[in-house]
Amino acid sequence: MATGTESQPDSGGVRGRTRAAIAAPHLRTDRWWLAPAVTAAGLLAFVVYSTWRAFSNAHYYAAPYVSPFYSPCLAENCRTMRAGPNAEVFGSWWALSPAIIILIFPLGFRLTCYYYRKAYYRSFWASPPACAVAEPHRGYTGETRFPLILQNVHRYFFYAALLVAGVLTYDTVLAFRDPYYHWGHMGLGTLVFLANIVLIWAYTISCHSCRHIVGGKLRHFSRHPVRYRAWQFVGRLNAHHMLLAWASLVSVALADFYVYLVASGVFDDPRFF
Amino acid sequence: MSVVDRQEWDVVVVGAGGAGLRAAIEARERGARTAVICKSLFGKAHTVMAEGGIAAAMANANEHDSWQVHFRDTMRGGKFLNQWRMAELHAREAPDRVWELETWGALFDRTKDGRISQRNFGGHEYPRLAHVGDRTGLELIRTLQQKIVSLQQEDAERTGDHEARLKVFQECTVTRILKDTASEGGSAAGRVGGVFGYERETGRFFVLEAPAVVVATGGIGKSFKVTSNSWEYTGDGHALALLAGAPLLNMEFVQFHPTGMVWPPSVKGILVTESVRGDGGVLRNSENKRFMFDYVPDVFKEKYAESEEEADRWYDDPEHNRRPPELLPRDEVARAINAEVKEGRGSPHGGVFLDVSTRMPAEVVRRRLPSMYHQFKELADVDITAEAMEVGPTCHYVMGGIAVESDTAAARGVPGLFAAGEVAGGMHGSNRLGGNSLSDLLVFGRRAGWHAAQYARGLADRRPRVDDAQVNTASAEALRPFSARTEGEAGPPENPYTLHQELQQTMNDLVGIIRREGEMEQALHRLAELRVRARRAGVEGHRQFNPGWHLALDLRNMLLVSECVARAALERTESRGGHTREDHPAMDRGWRNVNLLCALADPGGTLAGTDPARGQIRLTRETTEPVRPDLLALFEKEELVKYLAEEELYE
Amino acid sequence: MSSYEARFQVWRGDASGGGLADFTVEVNDGEVVLDIVHRLQATQAPDLAVRWNCKAGKCGSCSAEINGRPRLMCMTRMSVFDRDETVSITPLRAFPVVRDLVTDVGYNYRKAREVPAFVPPAGLAPGEYRMSQEDVERSQEFRKCIECFLCQDVCHVVRDHEENKRAYAGPRFLMRIAELDMHPLDAAAEKGLDRGRAAQDEHGLGYCNITKCCTEVCPEGIRITDNALIPLKERAVDRKYDPLVWLGSRIRRRSS
Repeated sequence: MATGTESQPDSGGVRGRTRAAIAAPHLRTDRWWLAPAVTAAGLLAFVVYSTWRAFSNAHYYAAPYVSPFYSPCLAENCRTMRAGPNAEVFGSWWALSPAIIILIFPLGFRLTCYYYRKAYYRSFWASPPACAVAEPHRGYTGETRFPLILQNVHRYFFYAALLVAGVLTYDTVLAFRDPYYHWGHMGLGTLVFLANIVLIWAYTISCHSCRHIVGGKLRHFSRHPVRYRAWQFVGRLNAHHMLLAWASLVSVALADFYVYLVASGVFDDPRFF
Repeated sequence: MSVVDRQEWDVVVVGAGGAGLRAAIEARERGARTAVICKSLFGKAHTVMAEGGIAAAMANANEHDSWQVHFRDTMRGGKFLNQWRMAELHAREAPDRVWELETWGALFDRTKDGRISQRNFGGHEYPRLAHVGDRTGLELIRTLQQKIVSLQQEDAERTGDHEARLKVFQECTVTRILKDTASEGGSAAGRVGGVFGYERETGRFFVLEAPAVVVATGGIGKSFKVTSNSWEYTGDGHALALLAGAPLLNMEFVQFHPTGMVWPPSVKGILVTESVRGDGGVLRNSENKRFMFDYVPDVFKEKYAESEEEADRWYDDPEHNRRPPELLPRDEVARAINAEVKEGRGSPHGGVFLDVSTRMPAEVVRRRLPSMYHQFKELADVDITAEAMEVGPTCHYVMGGIAVESDTAAARGVPGLFAAGEVAGGMHGSNRLGGNSLSDLLVFGRRAGWHAAQYARGLADRRPRVDDAQVNTASAEALRPFSARTEGEAGPPENPYTLHQELQQTMNDLVGIIRREGEMEQALHRLAELRVRARRAGVEGHRQFNPGWHLALDLRNMLLVSECVARAALERTESRGGHTREDHPAMDRGWRNVNLLCALADPGGTLAGTDPARGQIRLTRETTEPVRPDLLALFEKEELVKYLAEEELYE
Repeated sequence: MSSYEARFQVWRGDASGGGLADFTVEVNDGEVVLDIVHRLQATQAPDLAVRWNCKAGKCGSCSAEINGRPRLMCMTRMSVFDRDETVSITPLRAFPVVRDLVTDVGYNYRKAREVPAFVPPAGLAPGEYRMSQEDVERSQEFRKCIECFLCQDVCHVVRDHEENKRAYAGPRFLMRIAELDMHPLDAAAEKGLDRGRAAQDEHGLGYCNITKCCTEVCPEGIRITDNALIPLKERAVDRKYDPLVWLGSRIRRRSS
C-alpha cells in the first residue's frame, strides 16, 4: 500500500532503483539554464570589479565623496577626508588596502543573505541548477554541518550591516557639501549617493533576519500592534528582497565607480548648486 | 482462488471524508480498534471541495441565533420532509462539533473579539457559517486528518505501533459488506460481519472482519454528466447498503447547485461557491436584469427583499432589511437559472451571469474569494474582479440515502451497519441548505462512530464469523470484468468508459433538474439496457492499479443508485426541494409525510438473477413520524399551513 | 471551438521498468492535461494508472511532471503549450514508482506522523478559544496546503539524495512545524516541546538550502520559503546563534 512504512535507502536520486525509469536527468524543455547563467554572470562581474577596486587602494576619495567600498576607512594609510568616516583604529601596521578591513562586513552580510545563498547555490554550486533538474553531486548535507552551518551567522552580519548602512548614510549627508567642504551644495554624485543609500537601506531592512527580529518572532501580533505594523512593512519590502539585492549591488558598484571616475580625473562632478 | 488476507477490527469505517474520519476518531476514542478504508489517498476526500462553511448556531455574528432558529431554517429548506429528530440533533450539536475542531488545531477566520467568524448563506436566517476563506472543507479534512495522526502518535507511544488501534487503509475499495454466518437463522442472522475489498495499487483482495461497519462514502454525483463531484462519488455506500439489505430513503431528491462553471467544457460543473452570493454577488441574465426577484415562491415571500435597493441594504443592515433573493435555498435558485436559460435569456455558454466585479473592489474580491479568483483565472482565464462569471446548475448533492435511526445513525434493517454524512438519508429532507453538510458530517459522523463502538463492544465475546463462501462469491464478482472476453455472453465486451459516459448522459438528460414522466420511463429503460451491457464490461491489463477495472466495478453501484433515483422520482408526483416535476409542478401537502424506500428486488443480494426489464429495485411508501409538538411550536401557524396537511396540523 | 491533434509522451511502466510511450490525442479548447489523460484512458489506454479526484486544484491528487516540471495535471492548461510541441508526462520522480503515473508517496505520510500534533492549551474549554485574525493568518496560509507533495517532489534534498529521506522532513512538513509554532494557542512549550529546536535537530531543517523550488511549484502560491522555512531557521538562530539573545539570557540568568 502507498502508506507502506518501509523505506529502502538508495542514493541514485532521480535515476535511483525505485524511481520511474527515465534516463534523462530532467525533461525540462524550457530555458531553465538561463536564470542561473545570468545570475552567475552578474555575480562574477561584481566579484571581479569589487576585487579590483578593493585591492587598488586608490581613487576612492574625491571630496566630498568617499567610495562606499572604503567607508569607514579604519587604517592609518587612509586618505584624509575632512569630517569623513576616518578612524585610525588599525594604526600603521596595516599595509593592505583599507577597503579590505571594512568590506568583510557587507560581503559577509550578502554572502549569508537568504537570497544570495539561493543565487549562488543554484548558479555556482548547481545544488540544484534549477528546479527539477538533477544536481551533479553524490552527497548532500546542506547547511547541517561546517562550513555551511556558519550561514546561521547571518544575524551577526545583519547587525554589522546596520552599522555600515549608518556610516554610508553619514557619507551621503557629507555629499551635500561642495569640494571645499561648504554645506548646502549638490552635485550629480550626491544623487548617485542618495539613490545608493536608499537601496542599501531598503535591501538591509528587507532582510529576512530583520523581518524576524522586528516582529516575525512574535506569537501574538495582536499584543504588539506597533511591531506588527513594522513586520508588515518589512514583509512588503521582503517580497522584493531579490530585486533589492541586485539593485543595491549595482548601485553600490556604481557609486564606487562614480567616485573612481571623478577621483581619477576622467571627468568632473557636475555641480547643481 | 488465492487465499484472501483477513484481519480483525472492532469498527470498520468505509470512507475517509468528514463523516468517516469523525466516526473513526469517535470510535477509537471510545476504545474500539478502528480501521478506515478510503478509495483515495488519506486527506483527499471530496469534503475538501466544500467551500462555504460549517453551519452552527454559535451566535457569534448575531446574538439572536440559536439551535431552534437553525432547526427551523433546516426544516424550511428541506420542505418539512426532514427526519425531524436528525434536524434537531444537528442544530443542537453543531456548535460543539465546531468548537471541538479548534481544540484539534483548526484555525477558522475570526471576529473582532477573537471568536469564530460566521458568514451568511442561502436559507440561513442569520450569519451562521464558520469558515476559513473559501476552503472550509479543506480545513475540516486537514484538522480531522491531523487529529487521527495525533491519536496514532499516542498509540505509538504506548504500543510502539502507530496503527495498533487506528489504521487508515488508503487507496482501497470495498465491494461488499459481508454478513455474519456464525449462526444461520439465529439471533445473529443478518448481522454485519465485515467488508470485502481490494487494494487499488496491487489489486489484492482483503477482508476486514468487524461486528460494526460505518458507511460514510458520500454521494452519487458521478452518475450525472454535469456534476461538482469527484470521481469517488459513485454511490458505493448506497449500493453496499442496498446489497446488504438496508433500504435507501427518498433517493429522488438530488440537489443541483445553482452555480457551477459552464465554460470551458472540461471544467463544466465545477462549483462556484455560494459565498459569492452571500458576500454580495448577484445573478443577472443576458438583459442585465437581476431576475431572482421574479422567482421568490409564496412560502418565502415575507423573508426576501422585493427591490434591489432593499436587497443591497441588507448586506450592511440585516436587522432592518430583508435578504436578497439570490440567497434563496439552492433548489429555488437552480430552477430559476434553468428557466432563464430556457427562455433564451442565458449567457453565451448556456448559463447566467454571476457578478461580483461591479459589486466590490477588486482587492476585496481577491481577499474574500481567493480560491474562486484562482479557479476562474486558472481554469477559464476569466478575471472575476473585472468581468462576470458564467454559471449554471450542476449536480451537487444527494439528499436521499441510507435510511437510518436518527439518534444512533444505525441503518435500518441491518444490525451492525451504520451510516453518516451524505450517504445517509433523512437529515436534509428534500433539499439541503448550504453549510449544513459539513455540520452534518461532524454531528452524525460522531454519533455513528460512538454507536458503532458501543455496538461492537456489546459483541466483544460473540464476534461475527464470515465464511469462505461469501468471500469467494465476492472475489468472483470482482474478477468478472477480466473474463468478460471469454465468457461468451451475447455480444462483444463493452468499454466501461463508454458505458459510464452513456449512463451520465442518460441521468443528466432524463432524470436531471426538471423531470417528466415519459423521460423517466425512458431512463429506466435505458438503465436496464446499460445494466445488461455492464455485465459484459471488460478490461485490459492486470489487477495492479488498473483504472479501467475499477470503473467497471463502480458501474454496478452507479447503475443501482441511478435506478433508485429514477424510480423514486417517477413515483413522487409532486415538486419539492431537489425534485422538480414539470408534469406536477406544485408541492403537494399529501406527499409531505411520505417517505419512499428503495430496496433490492432480490433480497438475496445476487444481482445476476434480476429481471432486466423490471429492474433491481422495489419501492415502498411509508408515513413519516409526526413532528414532535414542541418542535412544531417553533413555527408560526401561518407558515405550517403551507406545508402540512390539515390533519397533521390539528393532531 | 477548435480542436487539434497533439503529441504526448507518457511514462508507462512499474517498479521493474518502463519508458515514455508516444500517443497522439485530440485536444479541444479550454482543456487541461488531465482531460487528455482521461481521453487516453477512454480511447487508447484503459489501464493507464493515474491518481485524480476533484479536477479543480483543491485536492492535490493529480501531481505529475509535465515537460519535466512538477505540476497538477488539472491545473495545467493545454493552451500553455505550442500545438506542435510534444508534451511529456511522467510520474513524480522523487518517489518510488508504482505504476504509470502513480507513485508511492508513503514518505510524506511517514513524515506527517513524526511531527508532534497541536497541543491544546490547558484550562480552555471548547468554545473558549479566542484568537485574533492577525494572529491566525500566518498559520492559515500554511493550512492552505492541499498536500499535493509537489514541493516534496521538487526538493533536491530528497529528489537527488534518497538517503536524506530519513533525516529530512521536506518543505511540506517543515512548514507544518512552522504552522504549529506560529499557532497562537499551541501549548507545546508548556509540555517541554521546543518546535523550533526540533525542526533543526530532528526534522532536518539544516538540509534546506533555501533554493526556493518548493515555493516555485506550489499550486496554492504559499510562500513556503519566505514565510515558513526561513522564519524557522531564524527561530533556530534565536535559540542557538544570536549573540544578543545569548548575551541577554546570560545577563538575565545572572541577575535572577
